[in-house]
Amino acid sequence: MPKLVKDGVIVEDTWTLLSKPEGDAANFAVPAGQVIVPLSVWLAQKSELKSRTDIGVWLDSDETADLLGEDAQPLPLVAVNFPTFMDGRAFSTARLLRERFGFTGELRAVGNFIRDQLCYLRRCGVNAFAFSNPESDLQAALKSLDDFTEYYQASVDQPLPLFRRRA
Amino acid sequence: MYIYDEYDHTILRQRVAQFRDQTERFLAGEIKPEEFLPLRLQNGLYVQRLAPMLRINVPYGMLNSAQLRRLAHIARHYDKGYCHVSTRQNIQFNWPDLTEVPDILQELAEVQMHGTQSSGNCIRNTTSDQFAGVAEDEVIDPRPYCEIIRQWSTFHPEFAFLPRKFKIAVTGSQQDRAAVQVHDIGLQIVLNDAGEVGFKVYVGGGLGRTPVIGSVIREYLPQEHLLTYLEAILRVYNLFGRRDNKYKARIKILVRALTPEVFTEKVEAEWAYLKGTSNTLTQAEIDRAKSFFTEPPYETIDDAAAQAEVAALAAEHLAFSKWLQRNVRGHRVPGYAAVTLSLKPTGVAPGDVTDSQLEIIANLADEFSFSEARTTHEQNIVLADVKKTDLFTLWHKAKVAGFATPNIGTITDIICCPGGDFCSLANAKSIPIAESIQRQFDDMDYVYDLGDIDLNISGCMNACGHHHVGHIGILGVDKKGEEFYQVQLGGSASNDASLGDVLGPSFSAGDMPSVIQKLVDVFVENRTEEELFIDTYRRIGATPFKERVYAKAS
Ligand code: HEM
Ligand code: SF4
Repeated sequence: MPKLVKDGVIVEDTWTLLSKPEGDAANFAVPAGQVIVPLSVWLAQKSELKSRTDIGVWLDSDETADLLGEDAQPLPLVAVNFPTFMDGRAFSTARLLRERFGFTGELRAVGNFIRDQLCYLRRCGVNAFAFSNPESDLQAALKSLDDFTEYYQASVDQPLPLFRRRA
Repeated sequence: MYIYDEYDHTILRQRVAQFRDQTERFLAGEIKPEEFLPLRLQNGLYVQRLAPMLRINVPYGMLNSAQLRRLAHIARHYDKGYCHVSTRQNIQFNWPDLTEVPDILQELAEVQMHGTQSSGNCIRNTTSDQFAGVAEDEVIDPRPYCEIIRQWSTFHPEFAFLPRKFKIAVTGSQQDRAAVQVHDIGLQIVLNDAGEVGFKVYVGGGLGRTPVIGSVIREYLPQEHLLTYLEAILRVYNLFGRRDNKYKARIKILVRALTPEVFTEKVEAEWAYLKGTSNTLTQAEIDRAKSFFTEPPYETIDDAAAQAEVAALAAEHLAFSKWLQRNVRGHRVPGYAAVTLSLKPTGVAPGDVTDSQLEIIANLADEFSFSEARTTHEQNIVLADVKKTDLFTLWHKAKVAGFATPNIGTITDIICCPGGDFCSLANAKSIPIAESIQRQFDDMDYVYDLGDIDLNISGCMNACGHHHVGHIGILGVDKKGEEFYQVQLGGSASNDASLGDVLGPSFSAGDMPSVIQKLVDVFVENRTEEELFIDTYRRIGATPFKERVYAKAS
C-alpha cells in the first residue's frame, strides 16, 4: 500500500484517488470503498454520495473552495491538487476550506507539489501529503515540515500574527 | 532603522539553513533543476549570461554602515569587487559562485540582510521614497508601514507561488518619488478629514511587455486595515490571475480583464471576511514599527547662520555650488540637508559601486549622517541627514571618492539596466548607450540649463530600466540579430504618471547620441521659460520631435 505523510508521521494510504471522468459526471460509477472523487462527480451525485462516510472530494487548482463550500464539513477528506508545484492556487484554497468553510477533516495535498513547500502547505491547513512520485523519501520530507518554527503572519496553524505575540 | 529581535533572527537563520540544505540537495542531484529554480530565485539567485547573479534586498532602501561594510566585504571576497544598485533599491552581485551563495547569505544574515523573495513569483522587496522621514513635503513617514509590509510578506505561506512576481511601493509624500502608480500595488499615505492616517490604494500598475498605470481601487483605507486589505488583493490575484501565459500573469492583466470596478468588488468581497481578523493592525504594533524610525539625535542649529556659511563657500567654489544645486536638497529639520551621492559619473555603468567605494560610503555615513544611507530607485545613494555646516567637507570627500558628479535629476543621471553586457534576456546593450549619451552631454552648464530630464534605458522589453516612464525612454530591440534602439517620449513615474509614446523607427547605437541631441534641441527651441522637457513635450506633442529626428539629410 502506498504511504503518505499525515499529521507529521508516515502512514499507509487507505484512499484511492479517482481521476476526472471522461464523460458525464452524473453517470460516473463511483466504486465502493474509500475513494476521493473529483469535484464534478461530487457536485453531480451529491445527494447519493452524501450518505456515504467513505467519500472524499478533490479540487483541481482551478476549482475554488466555495464550489464545495460548507459541504466540506462532514467529509472525512478533501484533497487539493497541484498540476505543477508552481501553481500556488491550492495554498489559498486550503486556507479558505479551513478558515472560511470550517473544514476539520483530513486536508490532503496531491499531485506535483514538492517537499520544499511542505512547511507553507501545513501553515495553510494541509495536514496530509501524498507525493505523486512513489520514490519520494518521506522520511527526509518530514524534516521540511519544520523548516520554520516562527512566522510573521497569521495563518491556519498560527492564528495570531507575530505582532500580537511579540513580548 | 528597524532592528531585528530574536524572532526576526530566528526566522532568517532558519531560512539560511533551509537554503543551504536545498543547495546541497541540488548539487547532489536530489532536486531537479526546474524545482531548484524557484527555490534559488526566492533567495535572490539568478543564473545569468556570464555567471549567477545574486540580488540582495534592501528593504525600502535603508542601509546602515555595518551593512555597507558587509556588502563591501562580499564584493571583495566573493565577487569581482563591485556591485550594482538596482531600480528596486536592491543590491546585485554579478559574479557569485553558486556553491558559495549559502555562505554569502549567512554573512548577510549577521547584519540583518538577505536575498529573501528578491526574485521569483512572490511578494518582492517593498520600495519607498529615498527621502522618507526627512522630506519637506512628507505627510507621514512611510517606512514603518514598509516594515510592517516586509514582515507580513516575508515567507507568507499562501503567496509564495503566485502567478508572477509582485511588487509593492509606498510613498508618504506629496511628491511621489516611489513610482507607486507603476507597481502591482502602490500605496500613497493620505489623511482623511479627521486627520487619521490611511492609504490611497493603486493596483495593477507595472512596466514590462504591457506597461500599465495603476488604477485607484480605494481612495482611503484606514491604516489598521493595511494587511487584511493587502491579503484580500493578493488572494484574489492568486486565485484568479492567469497562469497559462507568463506574460499575461501579472495583476495588471487581471485588473484590466475584469475592469477595475469588478476587480475592486472582488477585493472588497474578500476583504469583508478578512476585515477585523487577527491581521488587523494594532496601535501597539504601529507604534512599535514607528519606534524604529524616530528622529536621530539632531542638533539644534541656527539654519540662517548655517545657510550663510554654505552660501559663502558656494560663492568661492563654483563646483561646490553646482553640487549644492543638483545633489543637495532641503530637509524637514533646520540646519540639515539630504545629499545624493551620484553613482553616475561618465564611463561607469549607472548604479555600479566598488568595494572600496562602499566602505567610503559607510565612513561618510558614520561621519555625516548618523551611520545610515539609502539606495534610490534612480540607482544612486542618499545620505539623508547631513548638517549644512558639514556639506563642504562632505563634498570634498565625495569628490575624491567619485560620488560628487553634480548631475542628479539631469539628462546624465541615467537609469540603466545591465543590458547585454550582463543580462541573458537582453536584446541590446544599454550601458554603452548610457555612456555615449553622457559623453554627448558633457558640458555641465548646458546640462543644467536643460533642467530635470529623466532618461531611462532598458535592454529589452522587461523594462528593468523603466524606459516607459522616462521623459526620454530608450529600449533595446533586436532586428535580425542586430542591436537597435527605440525611443519613447513623454513618460513619467511621478504624480502625473504616464507612459511614453514610441517616436518611430529605431536607431543604431552609433546614432543615439545625435538623436538625443536633436530631441533636446527641439525642446530648447520650443520651451517657454521654466518649462521642463516633459512639459514642452506634453504641450507641443511628438510631431516636432519626429520631424527633426527623421528629417532626411539634405
Ligand atoms: C541581470 C539580471 C536581470 C534579469 C535576468 C532581470 C529579469 C527581469 C525580468 C524577466 C523582468 C520581467 C518583468 C515582467 O515581465 O514584468 C524584469 C523586470 C524588471 N526588472 Fe529586471 N532583471 C535583471 C536585472 C535588473 C536590474 C539590474 C534592475 C535594476 C536596474 C532590474 C529591475 C527591474 C524592474 C524595475 C523591472 C520592472 C518591471 C515592472 O515593473 O513590471 N532588473 N527583470
Ligand atoms: S530590461 Fe531586459 S536586458 Fe535589461 S536587465 Fe531587464 S531583462 Fe535584462
